[in-house]
Parts: sequence; structure tokens; C-alpha cells
Amino acid sequence: MSSPDATAPRSTWFLRGVRAAFSLPGLILISSFIGFAALAKDAGVTATQAAFMTATVWALPSMVVLVGAVTSGAALPAAMLAVTLSAIRLMPMVMVLVPEMRTRMTRQYVLYLLAHFVAVTSWVLAMERLKRVPPGMRTTYYAGLGAMLVTTNVIVVTVVYAVADALPSAVSAALLMLTPMYFLTSLWGSARERVGHVAMVLGLVLGPFFHILLPRIDLLAAGLIGGTAAYGWHLWRRKARAA
Amino acid sequence: MSYFSNGAWWWPYLFILVAGFAATDVWRFLGVYLGGKLSEDSDLLVLVRTMATALVAAVIGNLIVFPGGALAHTSLALRIAAVALGFVAYLASGKRMVVGIATAELLLLAGLYLNF
Repeated sequence: MSSPDATAPRSTWFLRGVRAAFSLPGLILISSFIGFAALAKDAGVTATQAAFMTATVWALPSMVVLVGAVTSGAALPAAMLAVTLSAIRLMPMVMVLVPEMRTRMTRQYVLYLLAHFVAVTSWVLAMERLKRVPPGMRTTYYAGLGAMLVTTNVIVVTVVYAVADALPSAVSAALLMLTPMYFLTSLWGSARERVGHVAMVLGLVLGPFFHILLPRIDLLAAGLIGGTAAYGWHLWRRKARAA
Repeated sequence: MSYFSNGAWWWPYLFILVAGFAATDVWRFLGVYLGGKLSEDSDLLVLVRTMATALVAAVIGNLIVFPGGALAHTSLALRIAAVALGFVAYLASGKRMVVGIATAELLLLAGLYLNF
């Protein structure tokens, strides 16, 4: 890293974080939020509620699960359980990111605030770019990146609500297709072990199956049963290998 | 107790705060708290990850098989074909998401244009 960068003021690093939001992963994220807005509108969620959801939940898989629970008429506890199960994956992500940003000077509350910005896109961008940011400026950089991503997508969601009714139906259909395709590819790519792919295939089949069988708790049932089955396969394979 | 069961203006927001915000941020906060104390490869985390993956995959499956809105007017065969071929394109291109998504979208639009 060249020396002028190391002495750049804090505001410069914040703005560099902001700029990092406008990158290919950032653009893909915007397109999937367009898809999310179409999905939420279709479920009967209002524009303000969808914008509120974007800012407070800020993890697209969890938001899609939440809208899925809204659509299936799930009660609050069932919805919360399904969403929380989909969000557990955030914990190891935060655990990996925190040591990248923390210095001896970092206050703990800053890390708690910044943790809210952790979701797949900001995490991938941060893990890739924080190495090139001076350690003392990393929380500032991530604050710029996270705040920009959230703000942009709250605006995107609001705009889509405003124009959605004017769109031809083929375009609306294409927008609604964005979310499943985005998750299908990103989830497959982010699976760290083979067992992740097994869990994915099981979930894809069990979701629609339980949607017919147990409509109000379909996601929960598919997650618990599909996930446990995949884990069993993982243990069985490990045993078979060791033997 | 469902999202639309209460007519009060604040109920959906409370629903989002409890079932959305609290349900996700608890894991983020726990991540900061635990930071480095728990091994990423522990068996418990593997189980947790497979459950989360299966759950999100179930959402994807439902969105394809039982979609809403304009997508509901397309045929199931067209949706599955578009998604499957899009996924094949994603794998064939060396896991490039843009290729997979664009392929599925183009096939869907082509299918709609040809009235499949």
C-alpha cells in the first residue's frame, strides 16, 4: 500500500467504502432486491413495510423466508422460528469478519452496530477488500460500504413498488424469477462442503412437498428434516471413510 | 397472530421487528460476542448450516413450483426448464451467477413469447 493512502483521513476511507458498494456483487444485489420488491408487493406487503423490512432485517434469504411466512399465513412464532433458522448462517460469517476489522482501539459497540450490515454481499466484498485498508480504518470503510448498500436497496425497493403496476406482465414474471435464480446460484456457490449441496437438493424437493402437506410450517419442516437428513448423510459418509 | 390477522397499522411492523429483525440480528450479535471462540468446523455449526441451507432451498423450491403474481400465469414446465437450464449454464460457465441468471431469464421470456 502506498504511503499517501495510509495517511488519508477517515472521511476518505468512508467514501471509499461507499464506492465499493458500486461493484458487480453490488449490482447483482440490486437486481435481486428488485426481485424481492416484486415478491413482497405480490404478497400484500406495503412499500413502507418492505422498505422497513429491508433496513431492519437486511439479509435477503431471511427476508424471502419472512415474506414466504407472510404468504402462507404463518403465526408469529412459526415465522420467527423459520426466519431465525435461515439467519443462523450469519453468525459464523460475523465471527470470521470481526477479527479482520478489530484493532486494540476498536470499541465493542461499534462492532455490534456494524454487524447489522453483515449479509452475503457486504461480507464477500469486505473479505476481499479489507486487506487493502489500513487496520485502523477498516471499521470506517465497512461502515461506508454497509450503509451505502442498505440505503441504495431501500431506495430500489421503494422505486420498484412505485413502477411495478405499470410493467408488462412478462417483465413482472421475469422480476419474480430473479429471486429464486439468485439464491439457487449464490447458495450453491457458497456451500463450503459437499453436505451443503445435499441439503440444498433436499430442501428444493421438500419445500414444495411440505407446502402441500403442512402448508403453515412448510419451510420449518423442510429445513429441520432436510437439514438433519443431510447432516446424517455427512456423518455416515465420514464413518464410511474412516472405516 | 399472522401478518394480516390484526388490522392495527403497527402490527405488520411489530411482526417484522420480532420475526425479522430480532430473529436475524440475534445471530449477528452472537457472532460478535463469540468472535473466534467457536470453531467454524464444529459439528454443531455443520448441522446448523445444513438446516439453514435446506430451509432457504425450500423457499427457492416453493417460489418455482408455487409462484405468485405474473409468474403464476406461466406453466410449471417452462419455469422448471428455465431454472434447470439456467443452473446448467451457471455450472458450465465456471459458477458465474450472471450467466446462470441471464440464461434462466432469457429462456423464461422466450417461452412466454412463444406461448409455452
